[in-house]
Amino acid sequence: MEILFYICAAVSVLAALNVVLQRTPVYSALSLILVLCLLAVIYLLLGAEFIAVIQVIVYAGAIMVLFVFVIMLLNAGREVPSERSRLARWLGVPLVIAFLLEVLWAVWNQFPSGTAPAADFDAGPAAIGHLLFRNYVLPFEVTSVLILVAILGAVVLAKKEE
Amino acid sequence: MYAFFQRADYLAIKPEILVTMFALAILLFDFLLEKRDKWMNALVALIGLGFGAAQLTMFWSRLGEGAGYKGFGGAFTLDTFAVYAKLIIIIATGLVVLLSAKYLEVEGANFGEYYALLLFAAVGMMFLASGTDLIVLFIALELMALCEYVLTGFLRGSRRSNEAAVKFFLLGAFSSGLLLYGMSLLYGIAGSTNLAVISRRLAERPSPDPLSWVAMITLLAGIYFKVAAVPFHQWTPDAYEGAPTSITAFISVAPKVASFAFFIRILIEGLWPMRAEWQLLTIGVAVATMTLGNLAAITQTNIKRFFGYSTISHVGYLLLGFVAAADGNREGVTAIVIYLLVYAFMNLGAFGVIILMRRRDLIGDEIDDLSGLMTRAPGMAILMLIFLLSLAGIPPTAGFIGKYFIFLSLIETGHYTLAVLAVGYAVVALYYYFRIVVAMFMKKVPDTVPIAMGMGVRVALGVTLVMTLLIGIYPQPFIAMAREAVRPLFL
Amino acid sequence: MIPLSHVLTLSVILFVIGAAGFVLRRNIITVFMCIELMLNAANLAFIAFSRYLGTLDGQLFVFFVIVVAAAEAAVGLAIIIALYRNRETLNIEDLDSMKL
Repeated sequence: MEILFYICAAVSVLAALNVVLQRTPVYSALSLILVLCLLAVIYLLLGAEFIAVIQVIVYAGAIMVLFVFVIMLLNAGREVPSERSRLARWLGVPLVIAFLLEVLWAVWNQFPSGTAPAADFDAGPAAIGHLLFRNYVLPFEVTSVLILVAILGAVVLAKKEE
Repeated sequence: MYAFFQRADYLAIKPEILVTMFALAILLFDFLLEKRDKWMNALVALIGLGFGAAQLTMFWSRLGEGAGYKGFGGAFTLDTFAVYAKLIIIIATGLVVLLSAKYLEVEGANFGEYYALLLFAAVGMMFLASGTDLIVLFIALELMALCEYVLTGFLRGSRRSNEAAVKFFLLGAFSSGLLLYGMSLLYGIAGSTNLAVISRRLAERPSPDPLSWVAMITLLAGIYFKVAAVPFHQWTPDAYEGAPTSITAFISVAPKVASFAFFIRILIEGLWPMRAEWQLLTIGVAVATMTLGNLAAITQTNIKRFFGYSTISHVGYLLLGFVAAADGNREGVTAIVIYLLVYAFMNLGAFGVIILMRRRDLIGDEIDDLSGLMTRAPGMAILMLIFLLSLAGIPPTAGFIGKYFIFLSLIETGHYTLAVLAVGYAVVALYYYFRIVVAMFMKKVPDTVPIAMGMGVRVALGVTLVMTLLIGIYPQPFIAMAREAVRPLFL
Repeated sequence: MIPLSHVLTLSVILFVIGAAGFVLRRNIITVFMCIELMLNAANLAFIAFSRYLGTLDGQLFVFFVIVVAAAEAAVGLAIIIALYRNRETLNIEDLDSMKL
């Protein structure tokens, strides 16, 4: 079990790096799909079966297909490096690495390797459904408006000029 | 265990439900309207907002001395603070609807979706003011933000509108990522997404450890983006300049009110045990925000961009209220709450005049377009003068009351340096607002295209003018209202 | 069992890679994908905490984040398509019609 986690973790970091380093958007998108699927495996290992399934179907499936579709539609080619991106590299990357070290230090301080997971953990669809329609029924309802806005927005912005 | 579908819970979100229903009604009836009847969409939107506001006023009188109602398992709080914020949001949205009708005709973008999106944005903001659970707050924030992105890019054919939408969207989505990461760490530390529980758990921890620092900083960075505080303000000038002017007016006011309500909930109700830490952070950010906003506003030539920076400087003042609040000073939050009310009216008033500069074949968003306004339309020029005086904080306008309470709370808590700095920047602000006054009154420009005023703009300008002067001259009832709004907050 | 700190380490690394990509990349769609990476890093942290705390709230949060991500993708990609129709570009640096 553990070994599977470390394999997935290592591959997902490499794939994530590929998302960022690739100059062609399609390769980035495919790498991102790989990251998403590997994360789904890790979710399974962490006992989140329902979310793992959703991750593959909705995230890796629906959302990323949308990305790939738009990349194809707009025929997005390789990007050309420029002066300003070099500036950003000097400024942004140290900042980001500082953040990484800070959080790692905090996390390792806070949760020493011995931190035990909670015993008897029921994350089946039934338990999630109960929670969703009891405690979280309000965000669930607001989400319906959110999705309507997304449809509306996509139609308003992407339809052709009359 | 919390029971299913309680009636009281749904009664508590009645204003939101009403506004949503009217937004849906607009989408349905838009198809039936002829092109020349599109103004009826605005009417439907106003009626919906009116119903929402009426319901909220009823809540206000009924809440009285109570602590407020907690519904949906503690995820939703209906207290005087929430009602107060929601009322400002609804009024601001209503004024924007009034300003939009004529403007959209000129832009040739008079679609029903525009008003529906405005109302949906208002619904998101209302939930943002009431949410006391991280999940509700996140969803509400995203609902507000998505509507803002779409509205910013609403003029599909305009390059500037597209560009503004892309920049706004990318930086907004990035800030959501930061915010979400902060929320995840906070959940890990506290073991709950409920703000009250988070506050309790944070208080139980011996002293702020590195992880809660990281959680707080990422969370606050996300919120600083939303309120346009330095160093996370870069999207503001571009989004303000490129968006349709009525939407610039909207995003400069209503989302600011909602974001600050959200900010108050997070800082006062959630992160109160860490107040010493966030006070430190807020001082730095507030000073940087005031400095950049005020200094960058001086050199602007585009009036919408100018108002972008002016908004940033106002955000700096608002943040100062948190500095005082962290010392346990209730007046600090009261000051923020009053400032938001005042700011909503004076800023929308100023935008009401700017919107009139957009005429057929004339974009009218340069400061030069206001030149000689005194000779062309004296009434407009005097209105603009009053709003600018208020924005600069000159008595007897409302802007003075807003700034006065911020200064007062700073002095009461002994932050004299900050108070002096804030007064200093108020003088700088006077200078750059005066630049516009000089352009309006001193320069003489032949009249090119006549300014035509629609009914909606008339009403909106009237309301904002009356409120700007009324709050300035007779502030007592508004101060009492703000005190009442702050009362239920845990401080 | 996998130690919590190891999962969180993975989460932070993914988050930082996403943030670095946001700063470095110039293609709008790639930048957007970097943001998706950041959201996923946060999701992983939620799931990990949820497992170790023994409460389901974290998983519910992820559920909502996925919905939000879908909505955001729809709107974001529509904005990008509208931009491409007018400008024929996907490079952030070409968006300069509003410089000082």
